[in-house]
Amino acid sequence: MTNNLHPAFILILAAFVVPFLRGKMKNVFLLMVPLLGLLNQVYLPEGNLWNIHFMNYQMDFLRVDKLSMIFGYIFHIITFLGLLYALNFKNNIEFVAALIYAGSALGVVFAGDLLTLFFFWEIMSVSSTCLIFARKIPEAIKAGFRYFLVHLTGGLILLIGIILYFNETGSLSFNNIVLNSTGAYLIFLGFGINCAWPVIHSWLPDAYPQATIAGAVFLSSFTTKTAVYVLARGFSGVDLLIWIGLVMTVFPIFYAVIENDLRRVLSYSLINQVGFMVVGIGIGTNMAINGVAAHAFAHILYKALLFMSMGAVLLQTGKIKATELGGLYKSMPITALCCIIGAASISAFPLFSGFVSKSIIMSAAGHEHLMLVWIVLLFASAGAISAEAGIKIPFFTFFSHDSGLRPKEPPLNMLVAMLVTAFLCLFIGIFPGYLYAFLPYPINYVPYTSTHIITQLQLLIFSALAFTLLLRSGIYPSEIRSLNIDSDWLYRKGGKAFLWFVDNPMVKVSNVVKDTFFVIIPRILNLFILRPIAVLLLLFIEKEKKRELKEALFSGEIYYFNEIHKYWNIGLSVLIIILLLSIYLLVFFLQHIYR
Amino acid sequence: MKKELKTFDSKISVKIILLILYLSCAFLFLLDFLLHKHIYFNMEVWSGFYAVFGFVSSVVIILIAKFLLRRLVMRQENYYDK
Repeated sequence: MTNNLHPAFILILAAFVVPFLRGKMKNVFLLMVPLLGLLNQVYLPEGNLWNIHFMNYQMDFLRVDKLSMIFGYIFHIITFLGLLYALNFKNNIEFVAALIYAGSALGVVFAGDLLTLFFFWEIMSVSSTCLIFARKIPEAIKAGFRYFLVHLTGGLILLIGIILYFNETGSLSFNNIVLNSTGAYLIFLGFGINCAWPVIHSWLPDAYPQATIAGAVFLSSFTTKTAVYVLARGFSGVDLLIWIGLVMTVFPIFYAVIENDLRRVLSYSLINQVGFMVVGIGIGTNMAINGVAAHAFAHILYKALLFMSMGAVLLQTGKIKATELGGLYKSMPITALCCIIGAASISAFPLFSGFVSKSIIMSAAGHEHLMLVWIVLLFASAGAISAEAGIKIPFFTFFSHDSGLRPKEPPLNMLVAMLVTAFLCLFIGIFPGYLYAFLPYPINYVPYTSTHIITQLQLLIFSALAFTLLLRSGIYPSEIRSLNIDSDWLYRKGGKAFLWFVDNPMVKVSNVVKDTFFVIIPRILNLFILRPIAVLLLLFIEKEKKRELKEALFSGEIYYFNEIHKYWNIGLSVLIIILLLSIYLLVFFLQHIYR
Repeated sequence: MKKELKTFDSKISVKIILLILYLSCAFLFLLDFLLHKHIYFNMEVWSGFYAVFGFVSSVVIILIAKFLLRRLVMRQENYYDK
């Protein structure tokens, strides 16, 4: 234990103070906390700073090195910008959840061992769920529960993985994990769920569009990027990640083209961008990891900016579907400008942040002569421009057909937050040296070469040309009010099917079982004890009689085979009794006579 | 009330924007023949590689999304509530 403050606990403790503050005091406090945290982080020395002994284990709460530092910086910056953006919502749940969420994301980034990591990992999933619940509409609550269940499952897989891994290696320290045992694979998968790998990605486009306006900004920043960080830390150079990443870069593009909800379009493009990072982690060279860190940094900013601008549109118009929007540049020019800057950054336009970060990963693939990887990444880059966030988002919101809506610009704090974020996107794009200085490994990459600028411009402009020509010829898919099923279909319809299965066939079978073992068999046994002869008779008499006898047995009545039997029985009984008595008398006399 | 911004609504401005787009396409395409590229892969040397690649992949993506993916996955908005 040293005198250093832990960045995670600064934010988490501050969250508990927020509900007790009012008015301007609260605003100032909310903005000061991340800035103080950032200042604190700047002065952290490298090394393992916080060691706590917990049940025979040493927990390293604060491992500071270059990789954790760069993620720490961007997390603080985006917490500040997100809170600034959220100020006018005056919703304590959001503030508290956002601070805890940001704090626990920092906790994951600075965790030196797997137990600490898991601890913050779980806080992260709980607090982020609150940002979805805080929207308070039924769809959001439902999506929040689905989101929470997925992350709970992911957390459990991670925990089982950590326990097995500890059994196998005897160590909990979180460094490079060799992917050769069940434990390691489960940890890998646990990270992958938060990283939105293909098929297990659907929680992201399901939940993010349902989050609160400010909540989506935080959500887009932390969960997937902490997953990128832990993968870069634990599994860099795992070939499998290249292929996972490539699928992530490609398939969301197609979904983004046909999606109508614009925040969902952003969610798909988020997966596409995280895909680039996952590919970089898979390549695993120093240059690639530099690219991953730089791209995560730039990506958090421009993705948050895009979510902010869409949030502003949602707040001012109450609409977020492309079919209902259009022509908003007339009354929201500043928001439109910020959105375009975010879109230019995500498209990697020269002078914008994506240009200086994404290209490092591309070049790393080139350096390793991974031609197929490189081609797919180029394909995904082109798609990101023409199909999703690059042109689609700004075009359908702010231009396209005039929706007739004339909303005002959002409140000042939101505008300032967007402008500052937009400024940072441009600043990184124009002066990449400042970002490169914080990268984990030494770098001598020069983004602004004539080859890179011109080839990238060609890719951009010709993708834009394709968009324009297809749009003007009417081939570009018109926006339709619709829903596109994704792999969440498996658990949404699957869950319903399971419930139906439980409600119908399962219940029927269980009723039969219940009836057999708890009603029919005990009854038969009961009858057999009370009236054994009647029950035995059942086995021998003919059908017609059998039914009558059965009825009589179950209702407890006495049964006669026919009317005469009723009297016949009495006569027969008397006869038998008389017979027995006579025999008895006879025996008695005979005894006396022959004594 | 402030005068409304209408710059991008007139037909002339749309035409100007399109003209700029087409001209820059032509310019960049021609620039490719003059540029000495520093490259990783042989195909990057092919003139117009990036332009054609960008254009073709965008078209392919949009067509696949429209004619294939939409058929497969598009449902009514209340699909999950039914």
